[in-house]
Amino acid sequence: MTELLSVRGLRVDFVTDRGPAQVLDGVNLDVGPGEVVGLVGESGCGKTTLARAILGILPPGAARIRGGEVRYQGRDLLREDPDLVNDRVRGRAITFIPQDPFTSFSPVFPVQTQIMDLMKWKSPRAGNADAAPSPFRRYPRERYRADREAVLDTLRAVQIPEPARALRRLPHEFSGGQRQRLMIAMALLPRPDLIIADEPTTALDVTIQAQILRLLRALVKERGVSVLFTTHDLGTAHEICDRIVVMYAGQEMEAAPTDAFFTRPAHPYTRRLLASVPSPDGEIRDIPGEVPSLIGPPSGCRFHPRCDYATAECRAARPAPRALAGAHGVRCHHPLDAPIAIDP
Amino acid sequence: MSNPAPAPLLEIVDLVRHFPMRNAFGRRVDWLRAVDGVSLSVWPGETLGLVGESGCGKSTLGKTVMGIYTPTAGHLRFAGREIGRLPKRERRKVAKDLQYVYQDPGASLDPRWKVVHSLHEPLKIHTTLSRAEREREVGAILSAVGLPDAHLDLYPHELSGGQQRRVALARILTLRPRLVILDEPTSGLDVSVQASVLKLFRSLQGTFALTYVFISHDLAVVRAMCARIAVMYLGKIVELGETTAIFAGPRHPYTQSLLAAVPRIGGRRVTLDFTLEGEPPDPGAVPSGCRFRTRCPLAQDVCAAEEPPLRELDGRRVACHFA
Repeated sequence: MTELLSVRGLRVDFVTDRGPAQVLDGVNLDVGPGEVVGLVGESGCGKTTLARAILGILPPGAARIRGGEVRYQGRDLLREDPDLVNDRVRGRAITFIPQDPFTSFSPVFPVQTQIMDLMKWKSPRAGNADAAPSPFRRYPRERYRADREAVLDTLRAVQIPEPARALRRLPHEFSGGQRQRLMIAMALLPRPDLIIADEPTTALDVTIQAQILRLLRALVKERGVSVLFTTHDLGTAHEICDRIVVMYAGQEMEAAPTDAFFTRPAHPYTRRLLASVPSPDGEIRDIPGEVPSLIGPPSGCRFHPRCDYATAECRAARPAPRALAGAHGVRCHHPLDAPIAIDP
Repeated sequence: MSNPAPAPLLEIVDLVRHFPMRNAFGRRVDWLRAVDGVSLSVWPGETLGLVGESGCGKSTLGKTVMGIYTPTAGHLRFAGREIGRLPKRERRKVAKDLQYVYQDPGASLDPRWKVVHSLHEPLKIHTTLSRAEREREVGAILSAVGLPDAHLDLYPHELSGGQQRRVALARILTLRPRLVILDEPTSGLDVSVQASVLKLFRSLQGTFALTYVFISHDLAVVRAMCARIAVMYLGKIVELGETTAIFAGPRHPYTQSLLAAVPRIGGRRVTLDFTLEGEPPDPGAVPSGCRFRTRCPLAQDVCAAEEPPLRELDGRRVACHFA
């Protein structure tokens, strides 16, 4: 299988006062061309750290990459020349949609200034910089015109009314949904192969969320862009993803096509997680226990202290990836097989 | 749980809360109509859901009931007594029966106080119990929220987020309130944590005979927790009735869109069929007539001219000309 992005055995620690927090513990992840992959898990499970590690924007002082590789089109981004990655990959081949559209714009510049600044360096028409980017470098007028046309087209595609006038406005003049549309436009403009979207609809109301999810899925499918979509909302993941990867306490537990993920989850954690979604019959099932601390986490499979099926084997070693039918993979010593009933 | 007793515990009649909108010179230029004529009854022992999108006025309604805001107009009756315009001293006595839970109740604990101090404080202010009686009371409530006595001597930062939440709930319950307003109590929580919190709310409701007003934008949670729901849009209730009936067949076009927007695991992708366009208007510039008409697929001329009243329709109430 030729993957666009493939993460293997990635280990990241964060330095804390009480010792290293093992935030990612040998994580594997694949994203194929044109595929929308959901990365789901609870807060603190490491999904944002994984997204940042792929982008190469981990906080430099606190994070330590202990091992593993992030292969993008076959090349390991962790071992490539950082300047090259900065110029060709980050912000160009791989772009980012942040969680919070409210804080991602500078409040003091019109939207046009901010989008054109991006285009000056990251437009598909911009050549590959030989020197480090300098604020004194001119923006060639020809290219500016062409880029501005592309910006207007993309704003139309994300359904911003009157794009030329919208560009002159300040960020606070847009609603949250509109700002997230602008963010999507900015992520699409460099014509990336992969967009990393970090909980892009969490801050939005459901009706706006539905509009944005539909728009995002339509645009990326039309352009053949892959998306890595992190979310803690399983409903959102169901709406937008082709495949879902679930993480728990810094380990990936299961990866499955969306249908199989919701109907035949093989990992006990996935089953517990799905069961804790409020059901229409009013029954509420939680997962006993608490998410472990990542400073001195449980040995082996990190879910074992809360797992009904845990044995000595689970405490001793982390299970190796096991392939099930239909591109479904699980890391569990005792995977489950029976399909589960789905509430309508 | 819906056991309509003869008298409602809380009666809200034509409640209005407007906020002045001021220009740069501090002159009032307009009113922001956050709550604009809401009538609602809450029956003892029930859980009433209050749903709507951000800016619809659901939190303002909760805070006005609580006494954090004074009503601009209308009546608030709690256990048969008018509480909307009481003098401060009188109003404080009502506070004992009426409690408010914020989105992150743990953050409302004083970081410099031990848990025991935080839990005793409400009893000191509102009751004349002796120290020994207070200790007995606090112990009973602490075990009801599932915390060991050993936690009494800890500071909030020594507890996990979930435990802080339990302490804050215990603090609210020490006064044995009758009505608790839960304002977005699970937003921002993971589903598994949310499930434990909801379970706790349920068990406490049984133990302490509580009545809940459950404010949330999460329809799945409201559906699981509430027997009745009120749907708000721009300061007005657009639909009010039994949860099962509303989820089975919403009558107001806004409720229909709202329910259609919720992702449903296991079915067809709902976003494929979702048609509602646009975003809610600014509550400072409310459309004439029906407030939803600017986004409504059914809107006609009559909707701009006349505001539809909230009328009775097979056991529920709907504010739409075409329901």
